[in-house]
Amino acid sequence: MTIQVLGSGCPTCKKLYDLTKQAAAEVGFKGDVKYTTDIQKMLEMGIMQSPAVAIDGKPVLSGRVPSLDELKKIIKEKI
Amino acid sequence: MDIFSPVQKLADWLSYSVFRLQPDTILGGAVSYFIYDSIKIGLLLFFIIFFVSFIRSYLPPEKIKKILTNKFEFLGNILAALIGIVTPFCSCSAVPLFIGFVESGVPLGVTFSYLVSAPMVNEVAAVLLLGMFGWKIAAIYIISGVTIAVLTGFVMGKMNLHHLVEDYVWKIKVGDTAEKNKKDFKKRLAESYTYTMNLIKGVYPYVLIGVGLGAFIHGYAPENLLSRIVGKGNLFAVPLAVLIGVPLYSNAAGVIPIVRSLIEKGLPLGTALAFMMSVTALSLPEMIILKKVLKPKLLAIYIIILTVGIIFTGFLFNWIM
Repeated sequence: MTIQVLGSGCPTCKKLYDLTKQAAAEVGFKGDVKYTTDIQKMLEMGIMQSPAVAIDGKPVLSGRVPSLDELKKIIKEKI
Repeated sequence: MDIFSPVQKLADWLSYSVFRLQPDTILGGAVSYFIYDSIKIGLLLFFIIFFVSFIRSYLPPEKIKKILTNKFEFLGNILAALIGIVTPFCSCSAVPLFIGFVESGVPLGVTFSYLVSAPMVNEVAAVLLLGMFGWKIAAIYIISGVTIAVLTGFVMGKMNLHHLVEDYVWKIKVGDTAEKNKKDFKKRLAESYTYTMNLIKGVYPYVLIGVGLGAFIHGYAPENLLSRIVGKGNLFAVPLAVLIGVPLYSNAAGVIPIVRSLIEKGLPLGTALAFMMSVTALSLPEMIILKKVLKPKLLAIYIIILTVGIIFTGFLFNWIM
């Protein structure tokens, strides 16, 4: 299982990446947390606003940086 | 009655009773001005951004795309510019939004109207203009911003520039809608609140710096300092203001409070408007990002039309006000 954070390298995207890593660690997620700047991949998933988070290729969040708690809840639901 | 008069009373009480400054001194005046502005802008930021982000939760990009697909050109440009008011995006979203729009049949010109309006007429700029200049100037800024966005997109649509979009853009298959889960009212409120607080955390420090510098200029810079140098008579002032605005991207929060003080010292309104529009709309990182999808010639056409529009607006308001 992988969690992907998608963005185009802006500070907001990096913030979401850090937050996602923290959230994943806190809920005991064992897989990979990756950061990609591949816009083509983003669009194939139907994401039009960065930053976004996808779990196993399925977008779960886009266009905003949520709170740590919300992110933990989203990850927990999927694993 | 001014709804902010309690804030003024609080600012005066803090400055003159708590800090024991003299009301008729420059320092006393500047401190009270600083406290008043910081509290007032903070309140306005919170309420207006919360409201706008709540509205926005009903307008995800997929929906905007649907609204703008296959619309008549001029009507589409107007709709795109208006939607741009409530949906600012992080400049890093410019590319995916651009591809997503043109791929699904939103006309190129309409897409450009959205790309101009979304960053230029943004909520933070609107809040600061409202708080520092009053509703009339905020309205002038929003209306001219929307007009520039409509015209830029319309002219570009008429120029038939499809071949100047990078070829790979047309080959990307855009997948189905991202987040499908329905949101209930409470969730929308909660998300708007998180968004608002994050945004305020990001911009408020700049607001404070801007207001601080503004208060300093207000108190210490001589009257008519600027009207002699960059008054209406100086034809280079507007283009120069636009040029200075380019590297100050994404810092509308810090720039607008300073501009207010500069207007007090004689900076003409049109020049000030052109400057603020350049800060928000002509952002260097956004242009660099757009280069990924636009061939250099198209990027140049976009920048030139937008710049001409902003300079024209500057001259127009210098002339009529």
